[in-house]
Amino acid sequence: MMKEEYVITNYCIIRNNRVWLNGNLVFEGREDPSAFFTSVYRHLDISYAKFFKMDNLCKLGFLAAEFVLRNTNFAQVYQGVDVGIILSNASSSIDTDRNHQQSIASRDAYFPSPSVFVYTLANIVIGEICIRHKLYGESAFFIEKDFYPKGMYTCVKQLLDDDVIKCCIMGWVEMDVKDYDAGLYFIEKQTGHTRGIAIFEPEKLLDLYQQRS
Amino acid sequence: MEEEIRIHRRMTNILIASDNIITSLGFTTVENIRRIKACETGIRRWVDESISPLPFWASRVDDEELNELFSALAHPDDYTRFEKIVICSVRDALRNAGIDQHSARTRFIISSTKGNIDLLNPVINRFGDGNRVYLWQTAALMKRFFGLVETPIVVSNACISGILAVIYAARMIRLGLYDHVVVTGADLVTEFVLSGFNSFLSLSDGPCKPFDKYRQGLSLGEGAGTIILTADPSRVNKSSGIRVGYGFSSNDANHISGPSRNGEGLYQVIRKTLDKNNLPVDYISAHGTATPYNDEMESIAISRAGLQDVPMNSFKGYWGHTLGAAGILEIIAGACSLSENLLFGTLGYSEPGTTHPLAVIRETREARLNTCLKIASGFGGCNAALLISK
Amino acid sequence: MEQLIAKLKDEIIGVLNLTEMTPDDIDEYAPLFVEGLGLDSIDALELIVLLEKNYGLKLGTAEEGKKVLHSVRTMAEFIKAHGKA
Repeated sequence: MMKEEYVITNYCIIRNNRVWLNGNLVFEGREDPSAFFTSVYRHLDISYAKFFKMDNLCKLGFLAAEFVLRNTNFAQVYQGVDVGIILSNASSSIDTDRNHQQSIASRDAYFPSPSVFVYTLANIVIGEICIRHKLYGESAFFIEKDFYPKGMYTCVKQLLDDDVIKCCIMGWVEMDVKDYDAGLYFIEKQTGHTRGIAIFEPEKLLDLYQQRS
Repeated sequence: MEEEIRIHRRMTNILIASDNIITSLGFTTVENIRRIKACETGIRRWVDESISPLPFWASRVDDEELNELFSALAHPDDYTRFEKIVICSVRDALRNAGIDQHSARTRFIISSTKGNIDLLNPVINRFGDGNRVYLWQTAALMKRFFGLVETPIVVSNACISGILAVIYAARMIRLGLYDHVVVTGADLVTEFVLSGFNSFLSLSDGPCKPFDKYRQGLSLGEGAGTIILTADPSRVNKSSGIRVGYGFSSNDANHISGPSRNGEGLYQVIRKTLDKNNLPVDYISAHGTATPYNDEMESIAISRAGLQDVPMNSFKGYWGHTLGAAGILEIIAGACSLSENLLFGTLGYSEPGTTHPLAVIRETREARLNTCLKIASGFGGCNAALLISK
Repeated sequence: MEQLIAKLKDEIIGVLNLTEMTPDDIDEYAPLFVEGLGLDSIDALELIVLLEKNYGLKLGTAEEGKKVLHSVRTMAEFIKAHGKA
């Protein structure tokens, strides 16, 4: 039986007010996270009003996903049910959690906001990406202190090997106050049509995340 | 080598070696099931200013009993309420399973939506460590407490976390990565969560009524559940030997908090689970949160899958909605159903209340059961399904 | 009344994060839900909080909610009738 090979088709890093796609700096800004994310959105020149309702974690994940899906033709090549999303971070939705906590901190001004509370779950970012790109496949959100590509690699590889999914958006989307960090990858099976930038393997995932190559 | 792995996967039976449930209805699975058989609900009315300015209905773990139980393990003041519930649950399950938690062939998975979130309140947070609120810190703490080789994996995926954790545990054992996986799920009733659901106007003023015509919303619950999965039948000391089959997750891609109107995501995942396991379904343990929309959506998905005549229930009337613990508790209850050939009644249900008729179990009754399909949906448009069998 | 409507439009844009809209984009008579602005269930809940927080008004039932939140105009009329605008 032929051994399946998987490739990293695209990868996107968003940190320190910069966006890199496949190792190339594609955008740079100097403002605070919220303003920075808005400027990246404008740079992408897409029309998606829901973006402005999202919290910072979802905006970050949403933007990184826009970049990794670029030029993949994924919507023509794959059915929505065949696209998986596996993400992780360290802080869950703590950024928004603190906002919600603020709204209930005082009994005199006790006004919890539904549009804030709805974002107090880590996996909502998966939901936002799925809604945007019409993805219905297998997904999961994990919490880990630091991004550990080897663990996620094993998870995603099993899903691909067993044909649970045919491609996958995977990686790290972390947001905590002013610190944000995203390392997102789009993984596909190696075929005549895919132009992977690297073979899908844990060491490579880590190298790319750490911007070592 | 690849072929060997494939054979190993096909032949591996994942069994439940032992389990534990901690809720308002008791600190062991046996105690909880006994009280469910007695039609007791753990949901009651609370007046507690520290959690809510107004009275509320919820199912809460007895604090005194929890601390008494915990003090045999460590000083109750040194651990948060969330940590204590998790530790007690894991301890009890480990005691009844002949596995070595210190082995590299054993892994832990923790399922929780909000963990120690109550620590965001400075009044509650008497721990100096600013990192205590993070779930990765919970994992590190459990690693230390139980002397584990690897840090526990943490799944945080809204209300499907528990089922997802068990699905991944089984996958890891099938891959040959581990021989045993301890899956534990827990969440608390906190001001944080209660206030949020209040702002959604989705809480019931009284114990919730899953699938009922007059249901108005959910009841929050807290608790912990632990399931120990193993590939080694000699570790299973009960006569049960319930097998964990295949399960999947999916997304509705419709709305981040509202269930899909046609139940598409849940239907897909039910379909996938049935096809992969290739076994008939004798009983469905539904999510049944008792919100108007969730229960309606489930009825649509179950109908579309052709399972409208399969006996089904919801446990939310006994335990409330225990969020990250729900999937674990309800899988354990499903396993008990299979072991005892008993279908547990849906507490809170009186009259059919969904557009698609369902075979809702009213009162606990006997039945020959071999398989149970566990399903759930959660915020973020996620859905999960898993089959367990004898 | 006109002042209240202008104020409401600003507040709605603010609490619902309708960042790319201006008050001129909102027709006070247009439905807020289903058609018109096409707001969703979370938006509805947020408007309920707005009415309570800024105007001290609590909606009694879901039915009342549907009527009051039909348009900016109906919201303003409700506030004028019951609130301390």
